[in-house]
Amino acid sequence: MKPIISVSDLCKTYSDGHVALKRVDLDIMPGEILALLGPNGAGKTTLISIICGIVSASSGSVSVGGHDIVSGYRSTRAMIGLVPQELTLGAFDRVRNTVSFSRGLFGKKPDPAYVEQVLRDLSLFDKKDSEVRILSGGMKRRVLIAKALSHEPRILFLDEPTAGVDVELRQDMWQIIRRLRDSGVTIILTTHYIDEAEEIADRVGVINNGELLVVDDKLELMRKLGKKELHIELREPITRIPDSLARHGLVSSPDGREVTYTYDIRSDSTGITDLLQDLKSAGLTLKDLNTAQSSLEEIFVNLVKNKP
Amino acid sequence: MNFCAIRVIYKFEMLRTWNTILQSVLSPVISTSLYFVVFGAAIGSRIEQIEGVSYGTFIVPGLMMLSLLTQSIANASFGIFFPRFTGTIYEIMSAPVSAFEILVGYVGAAATKSLIIGLIILATAGFFVPLEIAHPVWMGAFLVLTCISFALFGFIIGIWASNFEKLQLIPLLVITPLVFLGGSFYSVSMLPPAWQTITLFNPVVYLISGFRWSFFEVSDVSVGISLMMICLFLAACLILVWWMFKTGYRLKE
Ligand SMILES: Nc1ncnc2c1ncn2[C@@H]1O[C@H](COP(=O)(O)OP(=O)(O)OP(=O)(O)O)[C@@H](O)[C@H]1O
Ligand SMILES: [Mg+2]
Repeated sequence: MKPIISVSDLCKTYSDGHVALKRVDLDIMPGEILALLGPNGAGKTTLISIICGIVSASSGSVSVGGHDIVSGYRSTRAMIGLVPQELTLGAFDRVRNTVSFSRGLFGKKPDPAYVEQVLRDLSLFDKKDSEVRILSGGMKRRVLIAKALSHEPRILFLDEPTAGVDVELRQDMWQIIRRLRDSGVTIILTTHYIDEAEEIADRVGVINNGELLVVDDKLELMRKLGKKELHIELREPITRIPDSLARHGLVSSPDGREVTYTYDIRSDSTGITDLLQDLKSAGLTLKDLNTAQSSLEEIFVNLVKNKP
Repeated sequence: MNFCAIRVIYKFEMLRTWNTILQSVLSPVISTSLYFVVFGAAIGSRIEQIEGVSYGTFIVPGLMMLSLLTQSIANASFGIFFPRFTGTIYEIMSAPVSAFEILVGYVGAAATKSLIIGLIILATAGFFVPLEIAHPVWMGAFLVLTCISFALFGFIIGIWASNFEKLQLIPLLVITPLVFLGGSFYSVSMLPPAWQTITLFNPVVYLISGFRWSFFEVSDVSVGISLMMICLFLAACLILVWWMFKTGYRLKE
């Protein structure tokens, strides 16, 4: 299958000298949901903005549906719907108007029935004549999605669709995204949350400091990323880990006062009960316990380190 | 050509006007009436005719120009500055529209609006003073050309301005003085000779002179030169806009 979006060797240096993207290569397949995961300032929005035509690339190229985004901008942009990160809406717009505006802007003939359907799908129909500025943040986000969908795009970019959204709306958002995918739309979304990527993406790309560190099947990546650590502080320092504990893969601190157990929270048995029993039979006395989830930051550091 | 896009941009810009219709129509009517009360009736009655035209009638073209210029610039600059300010410009930048289509939408709407205002002023003036238009076609041509050129100029300001202050700066510091000193309320021939020469460096003089000629067949400079000056200004604005879009100036990182 040919990729619907193909990014090759893409670099971006902003006019102030900041390097936001470093030689990014990425292929996105039709019909998939790709999550771009990365901390603040990683370059997610920059990448999306270049593909959509809002920011120009410093070097490298992007093709969408076989057309170059610069020379064939009319074809590529017509295929893409973009939901921006910020809740940017005109001050005086009304819901239905602004959605119709987007449709026209993307070169589609007016189609009130279609616009109405989009509004219904996003539970916005009651608000169709409201001014957007009086809507709640979550509603505004929906209006932005409606605008992006107004011209029946084949590709949808969602830049942090669930930032600042409550749990319920987040579920709704995921539902909407799945429904869109089922209708054949290719979806690229950015997020800070591993669990979000896990919940809805088919593939996950990790981006940090302008570098695309890895793009992989979700399950594969989650296996790598989803580690949790149990720190066990011992009353008496140990010089070496007793053989009876070898199977747990413990790591002891240099002073021997703490051992660390790494486990996968997603697996059915985390092995903690076994470990605690073995610790007891090995005659070790525990002083304190705490667990830590490997943070995104740490995962990135690991990813960078593990890079060949 | 993305005609749908031109249409919606134009339509929405006009809609914005429609939302403030009272203000849009009422303010030129009121300000024109005030000018006529002050200049036409109170002061004008003590001023003799200028080149065979009564003072109240003489100032009509200048008054119209004053509003046309300020309105065209204000509408167009605000029209494009506002989406930049709120961030909604992202949508236009990501849409399959060319620079030309964006321009036609925004500048067309701004020019239409100021054209309407110009005609409202003309109609209002008709209530106060007797009006005869010697060359209606030329008058229309000057009117349309002026609206388009200055809407284009406003569009440039709207892209250049990085804040609201700068948005007001050029209209306030450049346009208003040039219009007032450009013979809106007097004939250049009424100035001392030295000032007459200096005044010729003011481009607005040519605008007003040509426009006034289309009404009364009296002018400070020849009509041909007036027309040429407007076209020159229009061309300069077009080149500047073309450059702005080409380089992505203030629009695209
Ligand atoms: N217009 C700009 N000029 C200069 N630097 C910029 C500009 N826009 C973004 N940057 C910088 O580029 C880097 C990447 O920004 P970007 O918005 O792409 O990050 P992001 O991954 O979307 O972050 P977030 O998760 O916070 O949205 C940041 O360091 C940012 O400060
Ligand atoms: Mg971002």
